[in-house]
Amino acid sequence: MKAGDTATGVPALEARGLVKRYGHVTALGGADVDLRAGEVLAVIGDNGAGKSTLIKCLSGAEIPDAGQIRLFGEPVRFRSPLDARDHGLETVYQNLAVAPSRDIPANLFLGRERRKPGPLGSVLRLLDKKRMREETQELLTSLGLLTIQNFSQPVETLSGGQRQGVAVARAACFGSRVIIMDEPTAALGVRESQRVLDLIREISGRGVPVILISHDMPHVFDVADRIHIQRLGRRVALVNTCDISMPDAVALMTGALHPAEIDGRSRVEHP
Amino acid sequence: MAHRVKLRCSALAASSAGIGLTLLLTSCGSGVGAHNDGKTIVGLITKTNDNPFYVKMREGAQKKADELGVDLRTFAGKGQADNDSQVKAVENLVAAGAKGILITPADSSAIIPALDRARKAGVMVVALDSPTDPASAVDGTFATDNRLAGRMIGKWAKSRMAGKPVHIALLDLSPEQVKVDVLRDQGFLEGFGIDVGNPERIGDERDSRIVGHEVTGANEEGGRGAMEKLLQKDRSINLVYTINEPAAAGAYQAIKAAGKQKDITLVSVDGGCPGVKNVAAGIIGATSMQFPVKMAAEGVAAVAAYAKDGSKPSSPRGRDFTDTGVALITDTPAAGLDSKKSDWGLTHCWG
Amino acid sequence: MAHDTVTPHAADPPATRSAKHGLIARGQAALHTKPLLGPLVVLLLASLFFSVWVGSRFSDPLNISLIVQQVQIIGMVGIAQTLVVLTAGIDLSVGAITVLASVVMGKLAVDSGLPVLPALLLGLVTGGVCGGLNGTLVTRFRIPPFIATLGTLSVFSALTLFYSQSETIRAQDVPSLLSWPGRSIHVLGTEVTYSSLLMVGCFATVAYLLRGTAWGAHLHAVGDNPDGARLSGIRTDRVLLSVYVVAGVICGLAAWFLIGRIGSVSPQAGENLNLQSITAVVIGGTSLFGGRGHVLGTLLGSLIVGVFSSGLALAGVEALWQVFTVGVLVVVAVAADQWIRKVTA
Repeated sequence: MKAGDTATGVPALEARGLVKRYGHVTALGGADVDLRAGEVLAVIGDNGAGKSTLIKCLSGAEIPDAGQIRLFGEPVRFRSPLDARDHGLETVYQNLAVAPSRDIPANLFLGRERRKPGPLGSVLRLLDKKRMREETQELLTSLGLLTIQNFSQPVETLSGGQRQGVAVARAACFGSRVIIMDEPTAALGVRESQRVLDLIREISGRGVPVILISHDMPHVFDVADRIHIQRLGRRVALVNTCDISMPDAVALMTGALHPAEIDGRSRVEHP
Repeated sequence: MAHRVKLRCSALAASSAGIGLTLLLTSCGSGVGAHNDGKTIVGLITKTNDNPFYVKMREGAQKKADELGVDLRTFAGKGQADNDSQVKAVENLVAAGAKGILITPADSSAIIPALDRARKAGVMVVALDSPTDPASAVDGTFATDNRLAGRMIGKWAKSRMAGKPVHIALLDLSPEQVKVDVLRDQGFLEGFGIDVGNPERIGDERDSRIVGHEVTGANEEGGRGAMEKLLQKDRSINLVYTINEPAAAGAYQAIKAAGKQKDITLVSVDGGCPGVKNVAAGIIGATSMQFPVKMAAEGVAAVAAYAKDGSKPSSPRGRDFTDTGVALITDTPAAGLDSKKSDWGLTHCWG
Repeated sequence: MAHDTVTPHAADPPATRSAKHGLIARGQAALHTKPLLGPLVVLLLASLFFSVWVGSRFSDPLNISLIVQQVQIIGMVGIAQTLVVLTAGIDLSVGAITVLASVVMGKLAVDSGLPVLPALLLGLVTGGVCGGLNGTLVTRFRIPPFIATLGTLSVFSALTLFYSQSETIRAQDVPSLLSWPGRSIHVLGTEVTYSSLLMVGCFATVAYLLRGTAWGAHLHAVGDNPDGARLSGIRTDRVLLSVYVVAGVICGLAAWFLIGRIGSVSPQAGENLNLQSITAVVIGGTSLFGGRGHVLGTLLGSLIVGVFSSGLALAGVEALWQVFTVGVLVVVAVAADQWIRKVTA
């Protein structure tokens, strides 16, 4: 993260009027996103609300037909996930994008391997395995992931939570400024989910804002600072977690309640 | 001849190469779509179009066709076991109104229904080089007498090795015991005066002079590996029979590496130009030359005759094929054995 | 294990069963983390078996060095095949590339009168270009590797026949640099050809490149999880293309060794190499599903085939049983791979 990212009042990520159409289907009809520095923002929505399209547009996997995205105030147009990553926006995909048969350092540094200094590294592309091991050790320690004993075991032999941990650690370790996590607890048991939620807190505690896409209301209410409720391709509400009840959030999500109707009960910021 | 059979040698190869070859196989009809002007159409179907043996055969057929004023149309399968393409080629030729078909059958039995249909349609069918099974399924066969080819080098070897203790290695074609493999191997043993046991089977002899049999795939690499294994089994080997000249060339590399080129006599079958050159260079002691050009030319002539007056070729009494001849090529002739020198061989070799 | 079960207080069948289970599971896990273990054990057991059965004719140093010579071409082509298989692809054209490259070397040096060194280098370039064509078909035109290389197999074979006119260049006409790999040195009763040494060198080099460089890491990742690799910032198409080109160049080297081994340049040599190389890769424990395996396994795989072929031949067993044995080994190897992969679950 860049020094000063958290200090200024500039929103970490800001999107206005994002539109994405697939043929006649409008997946996003002018959606907005606001992510403050250092916060955990949960994005919830029913199936078909345009959550995943929204995330794809933010992470560079899809290019929106209209709308603007600003990253720390700077207008950006991502042409690919790599492009987004180069701007400091990391995404932890649901399928984790790991190489299952490789060990942990290899996965943490996949695509950005540390190379030996000098021409050995730049020309022959020799890996600096020792350095990668040391950095792995450091990173996993700092994230409280040291329950993993043996770094040289293939990632596929890790538990689901440990694998998620590796993927999150990877997102967190390259000076990233914003991390998007797509359903990180979907495939995990209770205890492992808790570990991942701890990890999310740990990351945001370091000042890196996180966008969390999740179906799991208790998890959302557990970890998120604010909740972005997506419905029919738009943001219908953006609320502080402490200002809304879980049933109201679900009702907004499903359309059973209109945002105006709950104004008295919860403080909902109208988009 | 045998190195045309090489694909068959590895069962593994056959399976996947089979996929590739069948998919990509196209019958190469050289004459299709050409003007005909009412000339007699003769079809020539070979197993492949890449082997020098078939290349020469096609050239010979073309020359004879030009001479006799008939229209030659050539087709080739791709691979030794490619029956499908040959069936298609037969059907195409019948449809085109061919008067006769010359074929080197890839599968001596499976091709027969297609040939039957052709003959019912009034087309004369002649097998070249390899007989059909049964031989009566065609109107005539022009081929090398492979047992005789083997016998000639066997007799030559016997006279060459006279008075010495003999240790024989036999480098055969493939594990399948195909006909040409059996005929040449056993012909050689008969010529040498060794009891072959079951005349349908290689390897059941009980003669202490035989060190062993190995398969070569009829190519250089296989020849070298087989020779290495047999030399490892018994270093005293001093006579080596090979299914064809590429296998002999490979075997020679192993012999040379073992430093035994002075002690070992190599014999082979084929009569290809590299093989004959190896005879001239003293690498191969003797080889039996076959005559693909003659097979093709006689085949074309037979069809031309049939088109003219309906006469069909007749095999010599007691045989089911017309022998197109074998010549023993060696620079060290044996007494009482007809042979030709390598310089004669070089003017008659086939590729 | 057997000793444990007969100890007096072993009157506890469930415990025994679970111990047994534990042993199998541990074996499975060991094979999973150490892909070379399985082929190595098979190679040692097979060598031991034939040393006992056949005796010193099998186990003498000369025969051991001969076995290495006999598998060197398969081994070289197997390296190329391993690289492609690790990316979850397959290259059916490696044998055809090898033969084409050998014909290019021979024709240029012998018939076109080019100096031998440029002829040799152009042969290697031919290998690289052929590999590049395969790689382009796979990456740019998105043709599955099986189909792409099935096509180029025939294209390369046809080019070979066209260029060579199906004619063999005899050993006597082949210049000495081209047949140089076939020369040998004699050490301790063995006969080691230069090409045997170079083959081992190639295996070591490629093994190091795969383990120690970013290229190797990316190659494994592409085979393991292509989408994940792409999302992780690996330019997967470039990696794939480079793999096919490198495979082609290695086939070019194999072509040089082939000339050394058979002395002559023959357009009919080596057509079984396509499948033999896949056999060696599979027996060597590399998974056809990509990402998993080790190039040194391919060396072991080729040696296993060589040991069985030599051992059975020296024992006087008919050749068809050699074919049979190799078939059984392939099936067992693939079954073992499926079983080992279950550790993941």
